[in-house]
Amino acid sequence: MLARRVIPCLDVANGRVVKGTRFVDLTDEGDPAELAERYAREGADEIVFLDITAAPEGRGTMLDVVRSAASRAFVPLTVGGGVRSVDEMRDVLRAGADKVSFNTAAVAKPELLTACARRFGSQAVVCAIDARRLPQPAGAEVEQVDAWEVVTHGGRTAVGLDAVAWAQRAVELGAGELLVTSMDRDGTRSGFDTDLLRAISSRVRVPVIASGGAAGPEDFVSAVRDGGADAVLAASIFHRRICSIDEVKKAMAAAGLPVRPVGEAAA
Amino acid sequence: MVSIGQALVTAGARVVVAAAADELQEADAIVVPGVGAALPAMVHLRDRGLLEPLADWVRAGRPFLGICLGCQLLFERSDEGDAEALGLLAGRTTGLVDAPTLPHIGWNTVELTRPHPLFDGIADGSHFYFVHSFAPLPADESIVLARTTHGRPFVSAVASGSLYGLQFHPEKSADAGRRLLVNFLRLVAAAKAGAGSGAAARGVGVA
Repeated sequence: MLARRVIPCLDVANGRVVKGTRFVDLTDEGDPAELAERYAREGADEIVFLDITAAPEGRGTMLDVVRSAASRAFVPLTVGGGVRSVDEMRDVLRAGADKVSFNTAAVAKPELLTACARRFGSQAVVCAIDARRLPQPAGAEVEQVDAWEVVTHGGRTAVGLDAVAWAQRAVELGAGELLVTSMDRDGTRSGFDTDLLRAISSRVRVPVIASGGAAGPEDFVSAVRDGGADAVLAASIFHRRICSIDEVKKAMAAAGLPVRPVGEAAA
Repeated sequence: MVSIGQALVTAGARVVVAAAADELQEADAIVVPGVGAALPAMVHLRDRGLLEPLADWVRAGRPFLGICLGCQLLFERSDEGDAEALGLLAGRTTGLVDAPTLPHIGWNTVELTRPHPLFDGIADGSHFYFVHSFAPLPADESIVLARTTHGRPFVSAVASGSLYGLQFHPEKSADAGRRLLVNFLRLVAAAKAGAGSGAAARGVGVA
């Protein structure tokens, strides 16, 4: 049976893993390839590198990061951030990545998803969607409907798209997977927005990766069970060793969810 | 391609990426990894003059590992683009049936139909990493080494003599994958020792 995946996310700036509240107060947390190898050893089903390098001239180093990680961590690697063309995606895949995740670039140029899917297959194209819950209309007379808008630039810019509609469109355009981040929950450790996840996962056939808000192992369980997520991504709770991948997978298995146990076939 | 080369090096092989037939002569084994769709892959192999040398290699019983598309190409035809394939194994490649999600992406369990040295030290039902929408449908049940279920069960590993085919990606399958590649290199070394020399195994990839 297809296992539900647990995915640590590493924020990378200028070739180093950094930690901080998105884009600010960054502190150096180490070598990306070394951390990727450690997480692979600890049972990560996949690793996501998010390139948050501010200056364009610093982006070439991401290819070195991918090359180094691909030679040490034998699990699938996804790279997000900074890829804006078919040729740039080709370079990242050639360096050893398996998938590329598009966020702002896909919103700005949706046909990029199609072009990349045609060239490399939709299995290599991930559309990352940062979503923020819209306030409910005042007054209780109308039936209240959950709705989320798409935001970019770390939540600072609303782009005027409904998140669920954009998710469906991204799949039609060629995305083979959706990485859905709740900007309301991101960094808050208050649990995933399972309403958002359910609204999207119930309307698309491609895998949905839940992101934003993990506080502990039970949140991973509810992202899958209540949100319908196929995979769950987290950063700080793994980096800060609040819980281990093993603890997360044990909680998922105890809840009856299929997982790849940590240490399998290590004998 | 980068990954399978790196994984084989880690498992103890010397790897040469062969772009032409004459580069195959030094090799002890050929590995064909999976990239792209069946039709363009066959055109690519034909254009580089690799079709006949690969077929001759396999017919001579020399060690060969096909991964994902590289496994599917071993059969006669592929329903993906209705492409003619290498025809070294009887049967064809068909789309996954009743799959809840397509492509089938992620870690799934590989259930062995019988013990085989390729899976030495790997528990039956271990997880391997899959990325595909098609899978081989061998005409000869005796070559089926393992099955995996996504919707309906499909064939995820085959073995016929020194010819091995895997629908999953050992190079992306962490410890289980590494173990399998080490086992493959041991089988290559054993085949070579059987042929008269005990030198270290070498792998050659064809992209």
